[in-house]
Amino acid sequence: MTILIKGARPYGEDAADILLKDGLIVTVGEHLEVPRAEVVDAGGLIALPGLVDLHTHLREPGREDAETVETGSRAAALGGFTAVHAMANTDPVADTAGVVEQVWRLGQEAGLVDVVPVGAVTVGLRGERLAELGAMADSAARVRVFSDDGQCVADPALMRRALEYVKAFDGVVAQHAEEPRLTAGAQMNEGDRSSRLGLAGWPAAAEEAVIARDVLLAGHVGARLHVCHVSTAGSVEIIRWAKSRGVRVTAEVTPHHLLLTDACAESYDPVFKVNPPLRTDADVAALRAGLADGTIDAVATDHAPHAVEDKESEWAQARPGMLGLEQALSVVIETMVEPGLLDWRAVADRMSVRPAAIGRLTGHGRPLAVGEPANLLLLDPSYRGVVDPAALASRSRNSPYAGRELPGRVVATFLRGTATVMDGKAQK
Amino acid sequence: MAGSSPAAPSNSEARSPAAPGVLLSSADVARVVDRMAHQLIERVAAAPADGATEGLADLVLVGIPTRGAPLARRLAARIEAFSGTPVDVGTVDITLYRDDLRLRGVRALEPTLLPDAGVDGRLVVLVDDVLFSGRSVRAALDALRDLGRPRAVQLAVLVDRGHRELPIRADYVGKNVPTSRHQQVKVRLAEVDGVDEVLLTEGQQ
Amino acid sequence: MKRHLLEAADLDRDDATLVLDTAAQIDASLAGREVKKLPTLRGRTVVNLFYEDSTRTRISFELAAKRLSADVINFSAKGSSVSKGESLKDTALTLEAMGSDAIVVRHSASGAPHRLAQWVKGSVVNAGDGTHEHPTQALLDAYTIRRRLGRLDGVRVGIVGDVLHSRVARSNVGLLHTLGAEVTLVAPPTLLPVGVGSWPVEVSYDLDAVLPKADVVMMLRVQAERMNASFFPSAREYSRRYGLDARRMAALTDEAIVMHPGPMNRGMEIAAEVADSVRSTIVEQVANGVSVRMAVLYLLLGGTPS
Repeated sequence: MTILIKGARPYGEDAADILLKDGLIVTVGEHLEVPRAEVVDAGGLIALPGLVDLHTHLREPGREDAETVETGSRAAALGGFTAVHAMANTDPVADTAGVVEQVWRLGQEAGLVDVVPVGAVTVGLRGERLAELGAMADSAARVRVFSDDGQCVADPALMRRALEYVKAFDGVVAQHAEEPRLTAGAQMNEGDRSSRLGLAGWPAAAEEAVIARDVLLAGHVGARLHVCHVSTAGSVEIIRWAKSRGVRVTAEVTPHHLLLTDACAESYDPVFKVNPPLRTDADVAALRAGLADGTIDAVATDHAPHAVEDKESEWAQARPGMLGLEQALSVVIETMVEPGLLDWRAVADRMSVRPAAIGRLTGHGRPLAVGEPANLLLLDPSYRGVVDPAALASRSRNSPYAGRELPGRVVATFLRGTATVMDGKAQK
Repeated sequence: MAGSSPAAPSNSEARSPAAPGVLLSSADVARVVDRMAHQLIERVAAAPADGATEGLADLVLVGIPTRGAPLARRLAARIEAFSGTPVDVGTVDITLYRDDLRLRGVRALEPTLLPDAGVDGRLVVLVDDVLFSGRSVRAALDALRDLGRPRAVQLAVLVDRGHRELPIRADYVGKNVPTSRHQQVKVRLAEVDGVDEVLLTEGQQ
Repeated sequence: MKRHLLEAADLDRDDATLVLDTAAQIDASLAGREVKKLPTLRGRTVVNLFYEDSTRTRISFELAAKRLSADVINFSAKGSSVSKGESLKDTALTLEAMGSDAIVVRHSASGAPHRLAQWVKGSVVNAGDGTHEHPTQALLDAYTIRRRLGRLDGVRVGIVGDVLHSRVARSNVGLLHTLGAEVTLVAPPTLLPVGVGSWPVEVSYDLDAVLPKADVVMMLRVQAERMNASFFPSAREYSRRYGLDARRMAALTDEAIVMHPGPMNRGMEIAAEVADSVRSTIVEQVANGVSVRMAVLYLLLGGTPS
C-alpha cells in the first residue's frame, strides 16, 4: 500500500509531503505526485513519530469487563500511539513466558498498535522471589521491561538482585516507588487537603525514599533503573542528582500528574483516585520543569481502566487509576507545549524516542526520515474539544478529563505504513 | 398574620374592596385596642361558663408572633387599666405547626411563652393582627392543644380582611375591612416596626 | 441554608446561628410539656442509613425526626442488602425510590455523604463519615457551650486527644472558628494531621499549659488500639500526658466546662471524677443533641418545596 501525505508539517516545522510504502517512509519532499497512491490531505496538521507508552494497563487477561487488548489498542491508536507496554498486573499475572506471549499474540491479532508485554519482577507480584525473567526475555514477546507495577518491589535485597539479573539481556526494572509501610490505607496525597478531607495520607516521602534507595542500588550494581509515574518535586530532585552522578536511571511522568492536583479530591469522586496520588501545585510545577529539562525522560500514561462499579462508590472503596491513552497528547500540549516548555521535537523525544529507547524497541521512536519505519501520527493542533467519556474507545469510562476542554486531536495514525486511525476514527 | 392562598368568599368581600391607603392611624389603633379591651372585660367578666370560673383572673391572652404578641400585651395592659385586674399574657409560636412549609419554606422561630399558671381549664383568647385565611389560627389551635387543655378558646384580631379558607371566625374584631385577595393588609406596631398604623396596599401575591 | 449538611463548612455564621437559635426555641417551647411532639414534618420520611454501629447517634436522630412527626426508617448495613454487596449508590437510589425526603448517613468512608448527595434529590445529613466530619456533633457542642457560657465569640476551646482520626475535632474546628471561638488543639504530634498548620487553630503538645487559659476543654476519645500502631507508647503514658484527671481539672478557671462527645474511656482520656463533676456537660450534650438535630431537620426539610 502506498500513502502520500500532502502538506503535513513534520515536528511542526516546514510543510512537506511524505510518501509511505511497504511499511517505510520512502520519500520526504515538496509537491510529490505519485500515481495510484492514496492521498491524505494533511494541510495544517503536524506530523510526529508514533507515540510509545511505557505504562499501559490493558486488563486482559482477567478483567476483560474493564478493558481488553483490542479495546485498549484502539484507544492507544486514537491517541497517536504505535506501541504500548502492557503492564503485568493482570489475572493471571504476567510472570511467565506463557502469559506474556498470550498478551503479545492478542496485540498482534488486534493489529492496531504493537503491544509490548511487561513482565512481572516477582512471582505473582508478591515481592518474594524473582519471576522467570530470562524466560520472558527469550520468549516471542521479547520482554525487556520488568515491573511489579501496582506493587513496589519493597525488599531492597530482592530489588538489587532484579536490577542485576536483567543486565544479562539488557532489561530494565520499572519500579512503582511506594514504601508500603508508609502508605498503609493511604487514599490521597498527605497534606493540607488530606487532613481536612479526613482521607489517609500518602506522603511524598514514601515515594522519594524508595527512589533514593533504588538509584543508589542501581548505581552500585551498574544496572538500568526506570522509575514509574514520578509524582513529587522531591523525586525529580533525587533523579536529577542521580543522573548527575552517572546513574543509569530513567523516569516517566503521567499526563494526569502534569495537569491535576489533589484539589480534585475535594469532590470525593473516585475518578480522581490514583496511585501515586495527585499531588500539589508545587509538585506539578516541578514535574513540568523536570520533563522540560529532560530529568524526566518520558510521558507514560498509566492508563488504568476500571469498571463502573469499581469507581462509582465511596472514595476508600474505589480502585485507584484513571484513563490516559486517548488524552495523553492533548494534556501534554496543554501543560507543556502551550506554556512553551516543550517544542514539537521535544514532544517527539519524550513521547516516542526516549520511551522506545528505554523499552529497547528498535522499530519505534525513529525520526521522520527516509528509510525509517512508517510509524507516525498526524495532529490537528488548532482543535479544542471537550472530553466526553461516552465517546472514548476504551471499554471503561473513568476519565479524569471528563467535561474538560483540551487542545489537539489526532487525525491519523500509521503503523508501519498502514492507517490505524484516519479522520479521527479507528480503522478497525 | 396575612395569608396568601386562594379564598372562598366571606362576609368582608361581599362589599367592594376598600381603597388602598391608611386603614388605621396611630390614634385609631389605640382607640380600637381600647374598645377591644372593653369588649373583653364586658364579655369575660359577665359570662362565666360555669360556677368554677372567676372572670378576668381566668383569662389568658395568647399572642401569635410576630405582631400578635405585642398586641396581646397591649390588650392586657388596657384591661388592667380599665378593670384594675392584672391579666396573664403569653405567646405561642406557630411556625412548627404551619401546613404551608413546603410552599413557603422555613422561617426563624419565635418564643412560645406561657404564664406559670399554664392554660389548663382557663379561657384562652388568641390574639393576632390580621385574620385572613384562618390557617394561622388553625396552627395556633394545634399548638395550644399540645400545650394544655383550656376550658375554651376565643379569638381576637385587630383586622379581619375576609377570604377565610377554614370554618374560623373571630370573637373580637378591631376593624372589618373588605379587601380583594391580591391586596395586602400591613399592620405596623411600635414594638416591632417603630410606628402604629394599618395600611392597605395593592401588593401582588 | 444549603440543601445538605455534609460538613461544618456548609454553614456560614448566619446559618450556624440560625440552627442554634432554632434549637433554643424548640427547647424552650418543648420545656415542661407533656406532649413533646410537633407536627412540623408530618408526611416526610427520614432514613437513618447507618453503615457503622452508633446506637447513640442513631437514636438521637430518630428521636429528633419523630418529635417533628416525620416517619423514620432505620436502615442498618447489617442484615440488609448492603451486606450482600449492594453498592452505596444502589442503596441510595432504592431508598429515594421509596420516597425518602432526607437521608441521615453514618459511614466508615470519609466523603460517603458527599457521594450520596451527588446521587439523590433529597437532603443528606452527615452523621459521621470516616475520619472526616460529624457536623451535628459540632452543632450540639456549640449549642452546649453557648448555653453554659452564654456566648461563643472569643470563647477559648481546647480540643484534646486523637485529632488525627477524629471527625468530631474536624467539625468542631470548622464550626467553632465560624462562630468566633478560639481553638487550641492539644495532642501528641503523632495524633495531629500533617496539614494541621493550615487549620485556623493554635497547636500545643502541652495540656498543662493550655488548661488555665481554656473556657472549654473538649476531650476526644482515644482508642487503645492506636497504641499498637505506635501513635503513643502506652495507655498509661498517654493518660499521664494527655488525660484529664482531678489534679489537672483544678487548673481550670471556675467557669470552665469539660466536654466529651462520648463514648468515654474513663481512666484513659478522662477520669471518672472529672466526667461526673459539675463542670462536665456530657449528659447535657446528649440532650442538646436531640434539639439541635430537630433544628437541622426542620431547617433542611421544612423549606424544601416538593
